[in-house]
Amino acid sequence: MSGSEVVIVGGGVTGLSAGWWLARSGVKVTVLDKFIVGWEASGRNGGGASHYASPLFDEEQRLWPQMDELLGYPTEHRKGRILIAMTERQWEQYRFIAERHKRLDHPVELLDVKQIQEAVPLAGDNSFGGIHYKFGGHANPQRSVQAYAWALQDLGGKIIQHSPVTGFETAGGKVTAVKTANATYGCDSVVVAAGPQIPQLMAQLGVDVPLAAARAEMIITEPAPMMPLGGVDGHKIYGRQTLRGNLAYGGGPHEWLDVDATGPAARPSTPLARNLAKRLAEMLPKAAHLNVIRSWAGVIENSPDGRPIIDRLTSPDNVVVASMSSVGFGLSPASGHAIRDLVIDGKCSFADIDILKLSRFDGLEKDWREKRGWMPIS
Amino acid sequence: MELNFTGTDVCAVNGTRSAPEARYDIVVVGAGPSGIAAAVDHAKAGKSVLLVDENPVSGALMGNDTPLYFGGRMTAATQNSDRMLEAIFMSMPDLEKAMDAGAELLLGTTAWGVYRNGPGVASLPDQVVGLADAERSWMVGFEKIVLATGARDLAMAFPGWNQPGVMGAAALQMLLTRYDAFAGRRVLVLGSHDLALETALVAQARGVEVAGLIEVRDTPQGNAHLVAQVEAAGITITCGQTIASAKGGIDGVESATLTSGETIACDTVCVAIGLVPSIELVDAMHGPRALNPTRGGYVPAGEASVITVGDCAGLPDTGFDHIAYRMDWMRALTAVTTNDTIICQCEEVTRADLIGIQPPNYLPRPAAMCARSLETLLKDGPANPDQIKRLTRSGMGVCQGRRCRDQVAMLLALESGTPYGTIPLASHRAPVRPLPLKILAEWDEPAEMEAAWDVWFGIPTQWVPVEDIGTPYQDDHREMLYTGMYK
Repeated sequence: MSGSEVVIVGGGVTGLSAGWWLARSGVKVTVLDKFIVGWEASGRNGGGASHYASPLFDEEQRLWPQMDELLGYPTEHRKGRILIAMTERQWEQYRFIAERHKRLDHPVELLDVKQIQEAVPLAGDNSFGGIHYKFGGHANPQRSVQAYAWALQDLGGKIIQHSPVTGFETAGGKVTAVKTANATYGCDSVVVAAGPQIPQLMAQLGVDVPLAAARAEMIITEPAPMMPLGGVDGHKIYGRQTLRGNLAYGGGPHEWLDVDATGPAARPSTPLARNLAKRLAEMLPKAAHLNVIRSWAGVIENSPDGRPIIDRLTSPDNVVVASMSSVGFGLSPASGHAIRDLVIDGKCSFADIDILKLSRFDGLEKDWREKRGWMPIS
Repeated sequence: MELNFTGTDVCAVNGTRSAPEARYDIVVVGAGPSGIAAAVDHAKAGKSVLLVDENPVSGALMGNDTPLYFGGRMTAATQNSDRMLEAIFMSMPDLEKAMDAGAELLLGTTAWGVYRNGPGVASLPDQVVGLADAERSWMVGFEKIVLATGARDLAMAFPGWNQPGVMGAAALQMLLTRYDAFAGRRVLVLGSHDLALETALVAQARGVEVAGLIEVRDTPQGNAHLVAQVEAAGITITCGQTIASAKGGIDGVESATLTSGETIACDTVCVAIGLVPSIELVDAMHGPRALNPTRGGYVPAGEASVITVGDCAGLPDTGFDHIAYRMDWMRALTAVTTNDTIICQCEEVTRADLIGIQPPNYLPRPAAMCARSLETLLKDGPANPDQIKRLTRSGMGVCQGRRCRDQVAMLLALESGTPYGTIPLASHRAPVRPLPLKILAEWDEPAEMEAAWDVWFGIPTQWVPVEDIGTPYQDDHREMLYTGMYK
């Protein structure tokens, strides 16, 4: 396979990681992106890297602490997370999660209020308790995406920005080329990792990929003094203290959208910033005086069961399709590895990922979005 | 336990938002002359009108050069909000006209975001503007919003600019005329176009000594009448020069040195090179904007239900090319700044690190990182300022880019060899003023919001550990974490 040409459609974190893994294996890689690398959800998310529900979890955990070194660029990765329970119900839920981690031998510890305040000085004495994941962590999404892109280039891979893919050329049951408005890129294999645009692209190959897109929002404060542990979740919000000290947080209700082949028309944030601010001020009361200085939104796609799709198709048989179903950033070191394996070897070398096959949706009802209420507001 | 889909996603935003607290036919943001005139006109036409103005802004905000570039030269009087409120009423008699005409007036009230349904959002109950005072934030609906937000100072870096006493012309005029709270005594003015000339005259009229005007071009730039007035007032305009550095001590500027080597004693350097229309609210709502060099830069370019008046719609067009003028200053200042000159004060980004696209100094710079630069980034396609700001952190601080956004755009134009405007301006985001979490928070949110709130999408199958799929634990997980979902 070495020396062959792989075209990757989508310069988000999944496509870039896949490209980097392939370039490390000596494959000639071209990544096509409609705009700029990491411009959509990949570069504007919470930066969490603790996806214990995924078959890719062990590989995610193995790789993150090495990524700065492997990529050659800083990702701002830090280990560990704390979840703070602000209601009795949340405390019950977190203890349930902690028990589950213990059962699977994931290192986790229950914290009392004093222990929480030692690790998270911005927390108050108003919590019910917390749990400390001594695994997982967080990184800077935008910086990490750019690190993948640059590392890929350093290995000889190409990134073509501002080039939306318009279609494919096929022959003999394979995709032979990927087309943009200005050029045609011949290929031996294709990876389609185009986020919310995957269904429209794959429809051109006669493949139905059930995904629905939605908008989610985040806020960020001015810098606070650095806390011993910055990966602080809980109270039904997620986020991190950046290495600069800012508190970046998201969570809460999403809005389902229709996204056409050109991608999200806009990513407007809304007054949901106020509801995020309320919860962050409740969870970290000693940060309540900090100024919020920005808010933003991102558009992410979900599969019907909320689990990723990573699959090499049977027809055309040189196409790998990859959607991380709204949790792609943290999984990226591992998802790229899995995609590399599927492209080169046809099989993931480090985990059983059959559960992520597209075929699990064979027979999915046509109105699966309507049934779930995953429809845009009309 | 099978999932039972009901056709409703209980974690979607649909129907969870609060209605605005009040609704007006017209909300006017900014109670300067244009805003007051708009409020009076609409009120007299029988419309319900709310007129808001962020002044007096808190001393803390002023300290962060918000909304204007105050440069730390406010007196302690600005810490007293009651006194500032009185100062505003005394200095703005037309405010009473707006109230007499029937407009409702709220001072000390910031408009921090404008929201309406459109591409990417259909869940808002109304088109709304977010307001905040010192106590709380709230949302107000409107039929039309009039933005009379004025113009703000263009800051430009030179060695020593990042110390108290370097400030903008609009800020200086505000402190002198509206607040009577300027702490400086002797001011050197950069620029000689109308803004600089007017500022020098206002300063002198208020008893501030003007140490002179410095002009980078070979002749004074403003209208001849103003130039004559300044000269008649005994104020020197030194042309063909730029400031080479400002030196000072613990209280800030004490002197400025020109490229000629001449040193001028002053406690304030007033950067009066230009004003930038305050388009934050329009830009943050993704309204169209257009570059108009004779009207001061980027101006709003048409948005249904938004009316812009006064300087925020563009400076008065006198035919003067503000962008060409600023770029002349930028070229001259680039010759006196060094690699170590700070461009973004909040995030302490140096010129070298901005142009080198290097990360902040709390991150490592391995060899591969050091090899990257604006030049290598440009090989991947047109530069995008939002990409550059996230990598370098320039413009990402608590002043929300007010001090560096525009000069970074100029610097990137120079460094990339492209005309100003080819690389767009970095985007603005709501809240367009820094707002404390406890003020921004919607403390009395509707119960529907809490009911729909999940940390992520609330998809019961999303977080069941792969090891547990098909085991009894899967149902326990669903019961414990997703009670009520899809039922």
